[in-house]
Amino acid sequence: MKLVVVSAGLSVPSSTRLLGDRLAAAAAARTGADIEVVELRDLAVEIAHNFTNGFAGTKLAAAQRAVTEADGLIVVTPVFSASYSGLFKSFFDVLEPDALAGKPVLIAATGGTARHSLVLEHALRPLFAYLKAVVVPTGVYAASEDWGAEGLDGRIERAAGELAALAEGLGPARPAKDDFTVVPFAEQLAAISEAR
Amino acid sequence: MQFGIFSVGDVTPDPTNGRTPTEAERIKAMVAIALKAEEVGLDVFATGEHHNPPFVPSSPTTMLGYVAARTERLILSTSTTLITTNDPVKIAEDFAMLQHLADGRVDLMMGRGNTGPVYPWFGKDIREGINLALENYNLLHRLWREDVVNWEGKFRTPLQGFTSTPRPLDGVPPFVWHGSIRSPEIAEQAAYYGDGFFHNNIFWPADHTKRMVELYRTRYAHYGHGTPEQAIVGLGGQVFMRKNSQDAVNEFRPYFDNAPVYGHGPSLEDFTAQTPLTVGSPQQVIEKTLSFREYAGDYQRQLFLMDHAGLPLKTVLEQLDLLGEEVVPVLREEFAKNRPADVPDAPTHASLKNAQEVTTV
Repeated sequence: MKLVVVSAGLSVPSSTRLLGDRLAAAAAARTGADIEVVELRDLAVEIAHNFTNGFAGTKLAAAQRAVTEADGLIVVTPVFSASYSGLFKSFFDVLEPDALAGKPVLIAATGGTARHSLVLEHALRPLFAYLKAVVVPTGVYAASEDWGAEGLDGRIERAAGELAALAEGLGPARPAKDDFTVVPFAEQLAAISEAR
Repeated sequence: MQFGIFSVGDVTPDPTNGRTPTEAERIKAMVAIALKAEEVGLDVFATGEHHNPPFVPSSPTTMLGYVAARTERLILSTSTTLITTNDPVKIAEDFAMLQHLADGRVDLMMGRGNTGPVYPWFGKDIREGINLALENYNLLHRLWREDVVNWEGKFRTPLQGFTSTPRPLDGVPPFVWHGSIRSPEIAEQAAYYGDGFFHNNIFWPADHTKRMVELYRTRYAHYGHGTPEQAIVGLGGQVFMRKNSQDAVNEFRPYFDNAPVYGHGPSLEDFTAQTPLTVGSPQQVIEKTLSFREYAGDYQRQLFLMDHAGLPLKTVLEQLDLLGEEVVPVLREEFAKNRPADVPDAPTHASLKNAQEVTTV
């Protein structure tokens, strides 16, 4: 099994990345999964260029492949202006539309204050629902104060357990749809007249 | 192998002085560029088709008819003809007329168009883009091959006892290319009919172009038109040259940085590394263009985009001199080397007419 962490943290070191790593370690402990981390900071320029040129650069294409082929995702964003960061959203905007369909996704976010914790429910969960992902019931939000308080561990364990169960239950990721699959011409043409 | 140029027909301010040509100037410039193409020994001039500013070529057969009257040898083509929003009956008529006026020096490239509002402006639904391309072309194909057509489809009023006039010159329909960047359905369509497939790779990395061309070649063979290597492939290219490569980079950079489509995006250096764009000496253009064969195989038509992003006419004409004098003669010679004898040239009116006579006998 392979799990991929998508982290939109910007500082180095980053608490967003730290939360992603904690979630990944907890999920790996249950599943033995291999973990790969996609740091969006390193892809920021290629993501912007994907918007202007229409195609992904080398590093971004590799990250897109990793995410598409993963058996499960752990996605973590800092809260910016009461939502996910623009960079986080942009990465998913340039992914192929069906790349996440049926894929278990654990949503997580970090912020300076616990007042933003519902960002998981009003921003991340609808985004991944739209992308047809299977979003695990427990999302994990870590405010600065959580790093020195009790309770974060329990939430991490519960969320990681749910992700592990879903990823194992759903089985290996279906192979990414090949863009170059063809429907034979005669069938394609016949389908038009049938739809009349 | 054929070499030529294709024009988008954009009216773009020259970023070095802010001057925007008038529509009249741009239209006349396109004609001057087409005439120059013949003068410097190129084989093909293709115009785009657009129905919104800042583009001028909304009426390709009008322009190509005028160019036909002023040239002797040049093949007149399109890049692309909108098979989705044009009535296929009118395409059949317009291009057959052009074919007669140009003594057969005509082919055309089908495309779907990527400007969303053009579909509703012409009464069509963009979500049906692929289906429009398939059904409309299926009708166009018949209109050029059957003297009387009875037809019924989803997107157009039925035809009963319809004859498209004039009939194609010598009974030989114009050769058709199908252009698509990322739709396998279009590669499949081109393969089904044994038509040409053009990949406008100028904004795309090589591995993507390779997969689309391979798909077309495989399916071309599947439909019994020949071996995969015999399929008819065309590619785009985009170059800016000066004798000294640093001069080319310095002169082209402001045009690149402000170009519609890719301007204000990646650097010139990144873009040239990832796409077919070459900015440098004629020798660099030769080397890059020859490398296309490594991923597309031996192919039949190479079109270059030379007149966009606000480049002044004078500069474009200088570019065409370099292309015709220093680049294309070497490319012709080099592409001919090691080219298997059974890989055909791009079909022309003459070759299609001969083939038809052989079949009839």
